[in-house]
Amino acid sequence: MSWITKTFSSSIGRKLIMAVTGLFLCSFLVVHLLINLQMLRHDGGASFNFWAEFMGTNPVIRFMEIVLMLGLLAHIYQGLALAVKNKKARGGQAYVVNHSEQNSQWASRNMALLGTLLLIFLIVHLMNFWIRSRFDAMGGLAEVRVPNLDHPVGDLYSVAAASFKIPWYVALYALSQIALGYHLWHGFRSGFQTLGLNHRKYTPAIYLTGYGFSVIVSALFAVIPLVMFFSEAYQPRPATGNTVEQSLTTEPALR
Amino acid sequence: MILDSKIPEGPLAEKWDKHKFNVKLVNPANKRKYDVIIVGTGLAGASAAASLAELGYNVKAFTYHDSPRRAHSIAAQGGINAAKNYQNDGDSVYRLFYDTIKGGDYRAREANVYRLAQVSVNIIDQCVAQGVPFAREYGGLLANRSFGGAQVSRTFYARGQTGQQLLLGAYSALSRQVAYGKVKLYTRSEMLDLVVVDGQARGIITRNLITGEIEQHAAHAVVLATGGYGNVFYLSTNAKYCNATAAWRAHKKGAFFANPCFTQIHPTCIPVSGDYQSKLTLMSESLRNDGRVWVPASKETAERLRKGEIRVSDIKEEDRDYFLERKYPAFGNLVPRDVASRNAKQMCDEGRGVGGSGLAVFLDFADVIKRNGAEWVSQKYGNLFDMYAKITGENPYEQPMRIYPAVHYTMGGLWVDYNLQTTIPGLYATGECNFSDHGANRLGASALMQGLADGYFVIPYTIGDYLAQTAPKPVTTEHPAFKEAEAEVHARVQKLMSINGTRTPADFHKALGHIMWEYCGMARNAEGLQHAKAEIQKLRREFWSDLKLTGTDQEMNQMLESAGRVADFLELGELMIDDAYNRNESCGGHFREEYQTPEGEALRDDENFTYVAAWQFNGENQPEILNKEELRFENVKLTQRSYK
Amino acid sequence: MAGSNPNAKPMNLTLKVWRQRNRNTAGSIVDYQVKDISPDMSFLEMLDVLNEDLLRQGEEPVAFDHDCREGICGSCNLFINGRAHGPEAGTTTCQLHMRKFSDGDTITIEPWRSAAFPVNKDLSVDRSAFDRIIQAGGYISINTGGTPDANEIPIPKDIADRAFEAATCIACGACVASCKNSSAMLFVSAKVSQLALLPQGHVERKTRVENMVAQMDKEGFGACSNIGSCAAECPVGISLENIAIMNREYINAKATSNNLA
Repeated sequence: MSWITKTFSSSIGRKLIMAVTGLFLCSFLVVHLLINLQMLRHDGGASFNFWAEFMGTNPVIRFMEIVLMLGLLAHIYQGLALAVKNKKARGGQAYVVNHSEQNSQWASRNMALLGTLLLIFLIVHLMNFWIRSRFDAMGGLAEVRVPNLDHPVGDLYSVAAASFKIPWYVALYALSQIALGYHLWHGFRSGFQTLGLNHRKYTPAIYLTGYGFSVIVSALFAVIPLVMFFSEAYQPRPATGNTVEQSLTTEPALR
Repeated sequence: MILDSKIPEGPLAEKWDKHKFNVKLVNPANKRKYDVIIVGTGLAGASAAASLAELGYNVKAFTYHDSPRRAHSIAAQGGINAAKNYQNDGDSVYRLFYDTIKGGDYRAREANVYRLAQVSVNIIDQCVAQGVPFAREYGGLLANRSFGGAQVSRTFYARGQTGQQLLLGAYSALSRQVAYGKVKLYTRSEMLDLVVVDGQARGIITRNLITGEIEQHAAHAVVLATGGYGNVFYLSTNAKYCNATAAWRAHKKGAFFANPCFTQIHPTCIPVSGDYQSKLTLMSESLRNDGRVWVPASKETAERLRKGEIRVSDIKEEDRDYFLERKYPAFGNLVPRDVASRNAKQMCDEGRGVGGSGLAVFLDFADVIKRNGAEWVSQKYGNLFDMYAKITGENPYEQPMRIYPAVHYTMGGLWVDYNLQTTIPGLYATGECNFSDHGANRLGASALMQGLADGYFVIPYTIGDYLAQTAPKPVTTEHPAFKEAEAEVHARVQKLMSINGTRTPADFHKALGHIMWEYCGMARNAEGLQHAKAEIQKLRREFWSDLKLTGTDQEMNQMLESAGRVADFLELGELMIDDAYNRNESCGGHFREEYQTPEGEALRDDENFTYVAAWQFNGENQPEILNKEELRFENVKLTQRSYK
Repeated sequence: MAGSNPNAKPMNLTLKVWRQRNRNTAGSIVDYQVKDISPDMSFLEMLDVLNEDLLRQGEEPVAFDHDCREGICGSCNLFINGRAHGPEAGTTTCQLHMRKFSDGDTITIEPWRSAAFPVNKDLSVDRSAFDRIIQAGGYISINTGGTPDANEIPIPKDIADRAFEAATCIACGACVASCKNSSAMLFVSAKVSQLALLPQGHVERKTRVENMVAQMDKEGFGACSNIGSCAAECPVGISLENIAIMNREYINAKATSNNLA
């Protein structure tokens, strides 16, 4: 097995892990975004809750969720490991004057910083939604009935709607999407480059797609909580709304 | 001393093959018992180091650069000649041989030049196999261009960076042998002396340029591939570090120095812009295919132009003197390098030069731009125009380029026999470091050819002949000669450090360059040469009493390095002057004003000067002894050049 | 003596130069004034002027690497005002001219900084790591002699041209110096892709990329994160495409070579 460990501990191998997991996470973002957009339907969250239930129960999705988690952890671990290794490679003495802004994009140079911001957001985000829905933690979810299903489902919509009435949370969420946008701005095209997918015919299209992807995805993610914050049309069911608010302010892990 | 060139007997075309059969071979199992030192890792050095290591010898390769890839071979732009006849245009080994002999104005050895032409074809095969990305045609085969007035298309090239690509090929072969442990590489190590044991070259003394440490290295044979000495003129197209120290130290240990006055001046260089100028940049002479050379017809116009009172565009067509077209209607702007250079100098001497210093002539592309458009010109010369614009800050599409001749290559060098061995047994010289193949003038695209021919295809055979006659016993630095040589080097370094005068090495170097350029440059005469000799002697005394250095010799000290090189240039310069004074004729790069045709062309004296002048060191401040190797031309007939 | 432009005004400049005795001692920025600098001077000629002044005053001149001074040998390597080789794109330090600066400017001059490029003295650094990477496989393993005729293998012109473009790397190290990660990927990939593109290089393409990448990592260079500053600062315009080619070569080699180590 030594050739495998050697491959993935080499500088290119590590970057491959970053690229593969990163692009995989991009695909996850698309699914996540499509489901989030269901919240904007004026159906009291029924569509959203339906798809949330699907994601929580479908065996294929449940399996992919594990893959996703492992990918995310690998992405985080390798990202941090590379940041440390690369810092060391720079040497002890920094440039007294360095105008790197004249030769590269800010986002490209600050992927580790952007990634760390995203990680902080992710911890808050996962505690708030994912842990609650999967592990019945923090009071779990209230049950509601949605059309086309013969059993009641968890009312994740109310948790979201309640959260998106809290100003600081909406601000954190929306600002984090800016970090996400910058992270994707570099990450999307960078993933292709690391995989060796650079061709003078197609690379311009990859760049354009990447820039479009990063702007559209992050903007839509950010728009959802803002719309739900300012519009009266999106309200949590009263009972769960209080629970969410309490848990957000009382859970020790969130301070 | 009688110089034995060891040219094999027999017909010209069979000499090399016969010689390869006659040389003694070293048993394959014994090759690893021999150590060879190679100084210099340019084309000639790197190719020799790689090839000898491949054969099984233990090679120690030395360079003063931080990497073997930086030698000045890398700067050759044009290309490399080879008698492949891929273009079906009548080229052959014999034609390349003939062109080289004639181009060298009949001052090179027939046998060496013929061998050079023979192995030229192998060089291209070798380089392509190494992955050198030569230019290709659409069909995938190699492209050629014609070069330097040759009537056939035999020059292989890699855009304007042929030297770079060939050097990187040789460097890669060398690197492979370093990885195999067959070559031990010493970077940032400068050879400061040769060690001769019982009359045979057995090692070198080096200075580690980072720590200042003086080191001894022993071997069964030593190869010098240390390049030319054009920097004796201070300003030349050579790189800043190019120097004659290794060759000069070997000369003082007994290696004869041949034809030192044969220097090549290149006509299309970017002119000097000020006293601070540190080096000159060459532009490919292909520019003369489409550019027209001119100066203002009158001295007064030129003066007003220099003062900035008028602009180039103010000078009317009839007030311009296209002097090459006027004087050489048949060849026009395409006359050979030396003719173009001398005429440019003459115009400037008449006070008709242009540019702030008055030491430049115009190379004008206005006509061709009008005829074919700027786009066409850009396609053909774009990179040269960009380079010119970068250096001068002027746009050559809008105003004529300014050019002036500059020292470019030195045909002279250590005297070697057919085996490339110097007059010290066991000491070899290859590439520009030796004198052997270019006579009094080198053809374009032939320097790369010679460096690689020597390294890849000549020295691997000929050095074996010597080693086979040397016992395969380990050599060490125990012999007292090593200690003596090291002590000499140490004393010299100490002397330089302790003068504590007022003038910098560059200051002396510039003064030397001025003398050499003025009196031993494009045109020479007896009176000037005698004057220059006295001047140099005076300058040398001043150097040894008024040099200023700081820091210590036990660390990186670039001024100390420079001072050592200037000290040797100050001695070599005088020998160049002696040689130029002795050679009472004009040939190739050596133009003596007393010896010219009524039309002002070089006038050879074949009766008295068909020889190689090989100078023998005869003690400090003693006149050197002239030894003559008569040149015999059995295959080509000596003729006078004419470009009218 | 006036240069090309008789009206060009000489400049006075403040230089902030990194001085360091050797690799084992700490360095610092030292300020110098240089006067009457002609705009036609090259940057290195301006440093020559400084060094001549320093030497005459009995001080130690500034050590810096240089040689051909025509942009091809790759020796010169100064980090000028926060940029590798200074402010002009596609230009080595030796080809940078003072007309790019103005009278009264302050210019900060530092050596390449990277753990893999220790400082020898002042502005001179040790780039031998590059040589060791080439020694690990940047060649085609053929001996002198016995090679086939040069026209035996036709090579499509565009392939030859692309190989040439990759081969023009001068190993100056600007890529490493300007990379936030101090990665040598542009340098290594230029050689890998040159030889991978050419048919002559195909025989060893797998072992070559494996060995060269392993040596690159061993030398302590960082990993590429596709920032692109290397290609932006490269004086000879080596393209990022080469890094993608090397990644591809590496993946293919690791997945399909018979090398189990």
